Amino acid sequence: MSTLIQQNKINDLINHPGIGFESARNSAKEIFNKQGMPALKAEEYKFTSITKKLDSFLTNSLQAKAFEVSVDRVKSSVFEGFEGDVLVFSNGVYQPSVSDKIKELSISSISAAADCPIGSIAKPEKDIFCALNQASFQDGVFISIPDKVKLERPVLFLFLNEVSDAQVIQPRIWIESGDFSEVTFIEQTVQLNDSPTFVNKVIEIKGGINTHLHHYRLQNEGKNYIEVSNIETDLLKDSTFNSVVISLSGDMLRNNLTINILGSNSEGNMYGLYLLNGKSHVDNHTNVDHTVPHSESNELYKGIMADYSRGVFNGKIFVRQDAQKTNAFQQNNNILLSENAVVNTKPQLEIWADDVKCSHGCTTGQLDEEALFYLQARGIGKLQAKGLLLYAFAGEVLEHIGDDPFKKYCTQLVENRLGSKF
Amino acid sequence: MRGINLEVKAGEVHAIMGPNGSGKSTLASVLAGREEYKVTEGEVLFNGKNLLEYSPEVRAREGIFLAFQYPVEIPGVSSTNFLRTAVNQVREYRGLEALDAVKFLTLMKEKMKLVEIDKKLLSRSLNEGFSGGEKKRNEIFQMAMLDPKLSILDETDSGLDIDALKIVSNGVNQLKTKDNATILVTHYQRLLDYIVPDYVHVLYKGRIVKSGSKELALELEDRGYDWIKEAVDSEATV
Repeated sequence: MSTLIQQNKINDLINHPGIGFESARNSAKEIFNKQGMPALKAEEYKFTSITKKLDSFLTNSLQAKAFEVSVDRVKSSVFEGFEGDVLVFSNGVYQPSVSDKIKELSISSISAAADCPIGSIAKPEKDIFCALNQASFQDGVFISIPDKVKLERPVLFLFLNEVSDAQVIQPRIWIESGDFSEVTFIEQTVQLNDSPTFVNKVIEIKGGINTHLHHYRLQNEGKNYIEVSNIETDLLKDSTFNSVVISLSGDMLRNNLTINILGSNSEGNMYGLYLLNGKSHVDNHTNVDHTVPHSESNELYKGIMADYSRGVFNGKIFVRQDAQKTNAFQQNNNILLSENAVVNTKPQLEIWADDVKCSHGCTTGQLDEEALFYLQARGIGKLQAKGLLLYAFAGEVLEHIGDDPFKKYCTQLVENRLGSKF
Repeated sequence: MRGINLEVKAGEVHAIMGPNGSGKSTLASVLAGREEYKVTEGEVLFNGKNLLEYSPEVRAREGIFLAFQYPVEIPGVSSTNFLRTAVNQVREYRGLEALDAVKFLTLMKEKMKLVEIDKKLLSRSLNEGFSGGEKKRNEIFQMAMLDPKLSILDETDSGLDIDALKIVSNGVNQLKTKDNATILVTHYQRLLDYIVPDYVHVLYKGRIVKSGSKELALELEDRGYDWIKEAVDSEATV
C-alpha cells in the first residue's frame, strides 16, 4: 500500500520532466513505470529502506526549482582553503552565470548538448533512481575535456540547496574526456536551510585513453537530508579513476559507484570513510567490472558508527572470463562505538577468469581496549586517547585525497568530530 | 592477588620474582590501573594518595610508569605525536608549561641517546613493525621522556638478547635518582646482574612469600622455585 502512495507521488514527479532529451526521458519513464520503487525486500536495497523513508518524507512530489544565487553566496559557501574553479548548482540546476569559466574545458548546460547520450553509461535499467533522474531531471551540466588537458586546479561542483518543503533535487552531470587528460572533481553540498531535502544525483563519466580522473565527495549534511547518487564511469586503456567519499552526516545517504574497466592496464580505486552518529544511515554500493586482461582495482571503505547509526557496505567485483591477470583488492573495516549501532557488510565477488589475484576482507569490532589502555598509561586522557585511535583508523582513507586543501578541510572536520564526544 | 604488602621508598630498586602464574604481571597491571582488574580490598598509597581512586592516565601523570611486557602496536598513530601529547598532558598536570616543537625535539634527542634508539623508528607509527628488542627499548625511552617517580618494568628483559639487555639496563640505571624508585618484575636473575636491586621479593599464589636482598635472586637462580613452593604449600596444608 505504502509503495502505491509513493508511486503516485513519484509518478507525478516524472510527469513534469525538464527540457530536452525526449526519447531518453520516455524510455526511462517506461522503465520506471514498469519497475517502480524498490520493494521492501529488494536485494539491492535490503538494508536501506529508501522507499519507506521517502514515503514518510515526501509530502508532495514537487521538483525543486532553481533559485537565484549571488556571487557572494558562492564565495561564502565554498569550503575554506579551496583553490580551483567552481561550477554552481542551484537546487541541482547548473548555473552558468555564477560559475567559473574554465578555458581548458568545454562546459554547457546539458540541455544545450542535445547529442549527449545520457543514460548510455549509467543505464536507467540498472538502478531505478537512475531511471527516475533520467526521466525527470531539470537541467544539468555537460563537461567535455579535450585531449591532453591536465588541469592543475580542481573543479568544484558546489550544490546549493534551498527548498521550502520536502522537495526533490535531481542533479545530472555528464563528463567526457579526450585522451591523455587529467582532472580532479570535488563535490560539496551546502544546505541553505533545514527543510527536508531529497537529492537524486546521477554522474556519468566517459573516459578517454590514458585519462586520469579523480572524484572526491564530502557528505556533511543536515539530519533532514536524503541522497541517492549514481556515479558510473567507463575506463579505456591505460587510465585511472580515483574515488574518495567522506560521509559525516545526513539522514540517509546511498552512494552507488560503478567502474567499468573496458581497456587494459587501467586502474579503479575506491575509498570511503563514514563517521556516523545519531540515526544517520550511509550505504555505499560499489561495483567494479573487469572486462579485459591486465587491470587493477583497489577498494578500502572504513566506518565508525556511534549511537543508533547504521553503515552498509556492498562491494561487487566482477572479473569476466577474458579479464586474465586482474588484481582486485577489497577491504571494509568497521568500528562500532555503541551497542545500538549497526553495520551490514557484504563483499560480492564473481570471478570467471582463472589467472587473477583477488582478495577481500571485512572486519567489525570495537575500539582496541589494549591500545586505549596503553595510551592512558602514558598519561593521555581517555577521550583524547580514543580520538587518537579513531583518527588513526580513519586517516588511512583521508590519505587518498589528492587535493591538499580539500584533504586538509576534511581532515579538520574528521578531527573535530573524533576529538569530541563523537 | 591475595594480599600484597610492599613498601617502596624513593631511591630504591625492588625486584619481584616468581614462577609463571604467580601474579607478577597482575600486580603490575593493578598498579597501572588496568580496568579488567577489580581490587576487592586494601589500598595503594603513592606519595600519600590512594592510587586506586585514579584512572590510568591520572596515575601516569602522578608519576607511575608501566613498561609493558607486550607493548602494543598502534598503526596510524605517529610515535612522535603520541609522545608529545603524553609529555604535555603530564606536564600540564604537574603545573609545567607545554613544550613547543623545538624544545620537545631537543628533549627527545637527549633521551634517545640513553637507550640508543634510532630516530627512524620514531618516525614510524607507534611500535609498528618494531622488533621485540626495539619495543622494549622504546618503553624505556618513553620512561625517560615522562620522568616518572615509580617505574614498574614488567618482564622488560624477556625477549632481549644480551646486547639489548645491556642497553636497556644501562638506560634504566642512568634514569635512577634518589627521588625515584623502580619495581622490576622478572622471571630471571639475569636482569639483576645489570640492574642491581636493593630488595628481592618472591611472589607465589598471589602473595609475597619471601623477601630478601639481592642474594636471594642468586639462590633462586641456583635452586629454582620448588623449595619455596614446597615450603608454602606444606604450610598451607598444616
